Amino acid sequence: MFRNQYDTDVTTWSPTGRLFQVEYAMEAVKQGSAAIGLRSRSHVVLASVNKAQSELSSHQRKIFKVDDHIGVAIAGLTADGRVLSRYMRSESINHSFTYESPLPVGRLVVRLADKAQVCTQRSWKRPYGVGLLVGGLDESGAHLYYNCPSGNYFEYQAFAIGSRSQAAKTYLERRFKSFNESSREDLIKDAILAIRETLQGETLKSSLCTVSVLGVDEPFHFLDQESIQKVIDTFEKVPEEEEDGGEAEAEAAAAPAEQGGAGDQDVAPMEM
Amino acid sequence: MTFTIPIDNGDSVKTAEADSQRTLYPYVTGTSIVAIKYKDGVLMASDMGGSYGSTLRYKNIERMKAIGKHSLLGASGEISDFQEILRYLDELVLNDNMWDDGNSLGPKEVHNYLTRVMYNRRNKFNPLWNTLVLGGVKNGESYLGMVSMIGVSFEDNHVATGFGNHLARPILRDEWHADLSFEDGVKLLEKCMRVLLYRDRSAINKLQIAKITEEGVTVSQPYSLKTFWEFKAFNNPTAGAEGSW
Repeated sequence: MFRNQYDTDVTTWSPTGRLFQVEYAMEAVKQGSAAIGLRSRSHVVLASVNKAQSELSSHQRKIFKVDDHIGVAIAGLTADGRVLSRYMRSESINHSFTYESPLPVGRLVVRLADKAQVCTQRSWKRPYGVGLLVGGLDESGAHLYYNCPSGNYFEYQAFAIGSRSQAAKTYLERRFKSFNESSREDLIKDAILAIRETLQGETLKSSLCTVSVLGVDEPFHFLDQESIQKVIDTFEKVPEEEEDGGEAEAEAAAAPAEQGGAGDQDVAPMEM
Repeated sequence: MTFTIPIDNGDSVKTAEADSQRTLYPYVTGTSIVAIKYKDGVLMASDMGGSYGSTLRYKNIERMKAIGKHSLLGASGEISDFQEILRYLDELVLNDNMWDDGNSLGPKEVHNYLTRVMYNRRNKFNPLWNTLVLGGVKNGESYLGMVSMIGVSFEDNHVATGFGNHLARPILRDEWHADLSFEDGVKLLEKCMRVLLYRDRSAINKLQIAKITEEGVTVSQPYSLKTFWEFKAFNNPTAGAEGSW
């Protein structure tokens, strides 16, 4: 990447007003395998691509349950992600204990963002190298947020992070306007289709992805392999044919879309 | 009610200075609170007296206060501790409002927060000397609960503190039913308050009734109950048994 004289310290500004260390941390997110989130008025679906270090090992866990009404999908340095998930679980359970009521997602996300910001303003710390897609339910409905290593957070209807997420984003951009009114099943289908975009032609199998759902009257839980495979079968039976219509376009759109991060072979051991 | 307890090393007894750092006994106290759920929400009644031991010293104390948009807190026991609790809740409500995010503290959350506070103080042998009644309505659901000074906490359809526990609850157990109208609810509360007025030495005939519904909280103006003292038995109380009262 860049080799600047202003990028040694997180507390050093560049003359153009940038904090390079923070931006480098955001690059780490792009190296991780894809994670996708979408929401409707009443449900949130989080999905991720299962990546294993080698054929011998099991795949990394990228989606965590924070509480019955909150889940998080991560991309980047998994270790950082695990620590932040533990923080989120702790905040959530402490709130539940004091108030006997679920912690509103928006408030959790702000605490997370403030925690990340601290690391961008201390010379003895480094920013967290993980992006978090936080999905949850509260009084004002279903929400999906993206927390950045920079300490910023944004609310989304649908979003994708990690390597080759641009392909998924393109797919989601075409469809997001209908998500609010989507049924739970359609939302799950769209999530899996978005995952497929990031696989760049690799056949989509249920063993390659993890899907989780939460909604009104439905606590956070993972879908089992069978259910995922069933959804895949509804559109994967006729691979290159018409069907949704979006499929043929999707193949064409996926090819030119190149991700800024390196290919799978270059993934550093600590990143997933 | 002083009692010495071993602290620190296990064999030293609390000194006089340390004693004054924790609650030993109440000074200015309020008497019972009675509250019931009714059709549209919750009704709560309390008198306006503050006793200083056996003297009825203060006659204009409001022992029920609105908390946020959805809750009403009534307290019996030490008035200064009640004021302290109101300060804690003020801060809580303020921070909740500052989020400005469409979420707000409901009666269940406030009740549980108070339970935590009361129980933690009790564990330090420094209780807030109150029994609190928390009522409220949020999203159409009525809520009524109670917390005592030792952290005992529960919800019910009707609650009463202090003397009310002994004199009012039997009446409520017999005559309360779901979906009381506002008028019937007030009548039921007044019946309880009248009994308390006759029989509780620290009660005064100046009471307020508070109502909380989905729309919000209203605390009535103070008023008095009609009482009757001309029972024949009061004229010659010892007639039936010389030497008794």
